[in-house]
Amino acid sequence: MPLAEILLVVLWVGLTAYVLFGGADFGGGVWDLVAGTAERGRPQRDAIEHSIGPVWETNHVWLIFVIVMAWTGVPPVFAAIASTLYIPLTLAALGIIARGAAFAFRKASTLPWQQRLFGATFAFSSVFTPFFLGTVAGAIASGRVPPGIAAGHLVTSWFNPTSLISGALAVGTAAYLAAVYLTRDAQRDGDEELAELFRRRALLAGAATGLLSAAGLLVLRADAPGLFTELTSGRALPLLILSVAAGVASLPLLWWRAYRAVRVTAALAVTGLLWGWALGQYPRLLPGVTLRDAAATDAVLAAALGSLAVGALLLLPSLWWLYATFQKAPPAPADRGPVGEGP
Amino acid sequence: MLLLHGLPAVTAADLGAARMQMALSLGWHIVVACLGVGMPAITLLAEWRGHRTGDVHHRLLARRWGRAMGVLFAVGAVSGTILSFEMGLLWPGLMGVYGQVIGLPFALEGIAFFIEAIFLGVYLYAWDRLSPGKHLLTGIPIVVAGVASAFFVVTANAWMQHPTGFELRDGRVTAVSPWAAMFNPATPPQTVHMILAAFMVAGFGIAGVYAVAMLRGRRDRYHRLGFLIPFTVAAVVTPVQIGVGDWAAHLVAESQPAKLAAMEGVFETARGVPLHLGGVAVDDELRYSLEIPYGLSLLAHWDPDAEITGLNAFPPADRPPVNVVHWAFQIMVGLGFALLLLSAWLALSWWRRRDLPATPWFLRAAALSGVAAVLALEAGWVVTEVGRQPWIVYGIMRTSEAVNPAPGLLWGFVLVTAVYAVLTAATVYVLRRMARDRPVPLAPQERDVAEFKVI
Repeated sequence: MPLAEILLVVLWVGLTAYVLFGGADFGGGVWDLVAGTAERGRPQRDAIEHSIGPVWETNHVWLIFVIVMAWTGVPPVFAAIASTLYIPLTLAALGIIARGAAFAFRKASTLPWQQRLFGATFAFSSVFTPFFLGTVAGAIASGRVPPGIAAGHLVTSWFNPTSLISGALAVGTAAYLAAVYLTRDAQRDGDEELAELFRRRALLAGAATGLLSAAGLLVLRADAPGLFTELTSGRALPLLILSVAAGVASLPLLWWRAYRAVRVTAALAVTGLLWGWALGQYPRLLPGVTLRDAAATDAVLAAALGSLAVGALLLLPSLWWLYATFQKAPPAPADRGPVGEGP
Repeated sequence: MLLLHGLPAVTAADLGAARMQMALSLGWHIVVACLGVGMPAITLLAEWRGHRTGDVHHRLLARRWGRAMGVLFAVGAVSGTILSFEMGLLWPGLMGVYGQVIGLPFALEGIAFFIEAIFLGVYLYAWDRLSPGKHLLTGIPIVVAGVASAFFVVTANAWMQHPTGFELRDGRVTAVSPWAAMFNPATPPQTVHMILAAFMVAGFGIAGVYAVAMLRGRRDRYHRLGFLIPFTVAAVVTPVQIGVGDWAAHLVAESQPAKLAAMEGVFETARGVPLHLGGVAVDDELRYSLEIPYGLSLLAHWDPDAEITGLNAFPPADRPPVNVVHWAFQIMVGLGFALLLLSAWLALSWWRRRDLPATPWFLRAAALSGVAAVLALEAGWVVTEVGRQPWIVYGIMRTSEAVNPAPGLLWGFVLVTAVYAVLTAATVYVLRRMARDRPVPLAPQERDVAEFKVI
C-alpha cells in the first residue's frame, strides 16, 4: 500500500480510537447530566468519575493525534476543513476546554456548590462538544467543504441535515458506548444496582442510536446521494452490514447481561459505521480532491509513519498497562496500608 | 501597526484578532505547559527523598504537588488542544502549505503526549496500588515525555524562525527533508532555552507559594522543604539559562537581523553599536535610553567593532514593532538577572551558615520570584514571536497571507477571551483552595478515598 494510503488508515485508526475511548468519556458526561439530583445521582456520578478519571487525558490525545496526522498527511485538506468549519470547530474547542477543566476542577473541589457548578459545566460540555464535532463530520461527508481556504459557506457547511443528524448521532454514540462500558465497570465493582441502571440506559441509548443511524441513512440519501449509494450498494456495504448486525446483536446481549461481549459488539457497530463512511468516500477527501492530490510528499509520510511505528513499540504496551491497571478491581479499603507501604 | 499596511480594514481587524487570540491561548498554555514540564521532576525529587529517608514531610509534599499536577495537567491538555485547532482555524494559509514540513515533530510530540498522559494517569491514580519504588518509576516517563514534547513543539517554532528543509515552487512545497526542517539551526538554542525556562517557572513558581506561607509564620520543616526543593532546582538552572540566552541571541543576530535590531532598538546600521537600556522608539529613533558603549556589538558578535544591521535597512513593511520587542527583551533579561541575584543570595547564605538569609527581604523577594519567572517567560515569548513579525515563516510567508480570510474572526476572539477569563479565574481559585486544603489524601486523585488516611 502506498504511503499516503497507510497514513490515511493510521489517521482513521486514531479517529476510531478517539470515538471509542474519548467518545465514551463524553458519553459519561451525558449520563452525568441526566443522573438527577445531587443526592440521587451521586452513585452514578461517582462511578462515571471513577472510570473516566485515570484515562480521559490519554483518550483525549487521540484527537490531537488525528489533527496532527491530518495536517501532516493531507495539509490542504486540513486547511480547507479548518478554515471553512471555523465556527463549529471553535465551539468544539471551547467545549473541550470546559469539559476537561471542569472535570479536573470538580475532582479538586470539596464544597457542594463548587462540585455542582463544575459538574454541570462538565456535563453540558460533554453534550455540546461531540455534537459540534459530529457536525464537522457531516459537513465533510456531505461534500460541503470545498478545497481552498475558507471557500465553503461559513454556516450552511455545518448547519444542514447531514451535519445535524451526525451531531445528534455523535452524542448518541458517545452516550451509548459510555453506558455499555459503565455497566461492566459497575458490575466489576460489585454494584449490581448501578449495573442494572446503566444496562437500562444502554438499552435505551442503543435503540435511540440505532434509530438515529437509520434516520441518518435516509438523510444521506436525500442530502449526499453519492455516499449513500456507496454505503448501501457499493464497496462500503459489507461494513454497513457489520455495523448494523453488531448494533442489533448488542441489544439481546445487553438484555442477557453479557456485559463483556456487548463491549465488543457495541464497539464493532461504531467502527463499522466509521470505516464504512471512509470506504464510501475514498479516495475523494473533498469535492474534486482525491488523496493523491492532497497527500504530503513521500519523505514526510515516511518520516512520520516510521516515527509512529517506533513510537507504537513504546505506546501499545503502555496503553495496555494503563487500561489493565484500572480495569482491575481496586484494592478493598481495608487493604490500604499506611503511607509508604504497598497494597 | 506596520504589518497591517496595505490590507483592507476588515482584514486588518480580523488579522489583529487572530494574532491576539493566538497570543492569548498560547500565552496561557505556555505557563501551564512549563509547570507540566518542570513540576513532575520536582515532585519526583521530593518523593524520592521521602522514599529514601522515610521523611514524612517529603512524602507529604510529593502528594500535595501530585494533586496540583492533576489539575494543571488537565488544563494543560485542553488548552494545548485548542492550539492545535487554532493552527488550522486561524492560520490555514500556513498549515495548508507548510503543515507537512512541520508535521514530523508534531507526530513525535503526539507520541510524547500519549506517554505523558498514560503515566500521569497511573502516577496520580494508582498511588496506593503500587509499591513506592514502582510508583517512583512511573513518574520518570512523565518527566522524559514532558521534556521531549517541549523539545518537539519548539522545533516547529524554531523552523518558523529559521525555515529550512524544503523546496518551494509556485507556492507549493515540492520536496521536504523533514529531519532537516526539524533540526534547523534555531532548534538547539531555542529548545534548550524553553526547557530551562520551564524548570525556572516551575521551580520559582512553587517556591513562591511556600515563601508566602513562610512569611506568614509557617516556618516548620514542611514549609522550608517546600520552599527549598523547588527553589534549588530553579536556582541551579538560572545561570545556565542566562548562558543559553546569550547563545540564542547570537543566533538571532546571525539569522534574524531585523529581530535583533528591534530587540535593541537599533535603527541605523553601524559598527561599534552601544547597548541600549530602556528608551522608547519614536519616529525611527530610540530616545531616552541609557547607552553602554560598544555593548551590543560586543555581546552579539564578541567584537566591539562588529557591524549591527539597523531597522532602516529593512523596508517599513518588513519591520517588527520596535517598542514591544525592545521592552519585552529588556524585561526578560532584567528579570533573568534579578533571579540570578536571588539565587546567588541563597547560595551565599547556605554556604556561610547552612540556612536561608535571615532577613525577611529574602523571602519577600522569593515570594515574587514565581511571578517574575512567568513574566520573563511571557516577555521572552513576545520577543520570539512579535520579533518574527510580519513573517509567520521568516522571510518566506507573511502572517497576513496565512490568516483565515473568513469574516468574523473578531467575534471568535471575543468569545475565546471570555472563556479564558473564566478558565483563569476558576484555575486560580481551585489551586488556591487546594493550597489551603488539608489534610492531603492518601491517593491524590481517588475520590472514593473520601475517608482518607492522612499523614
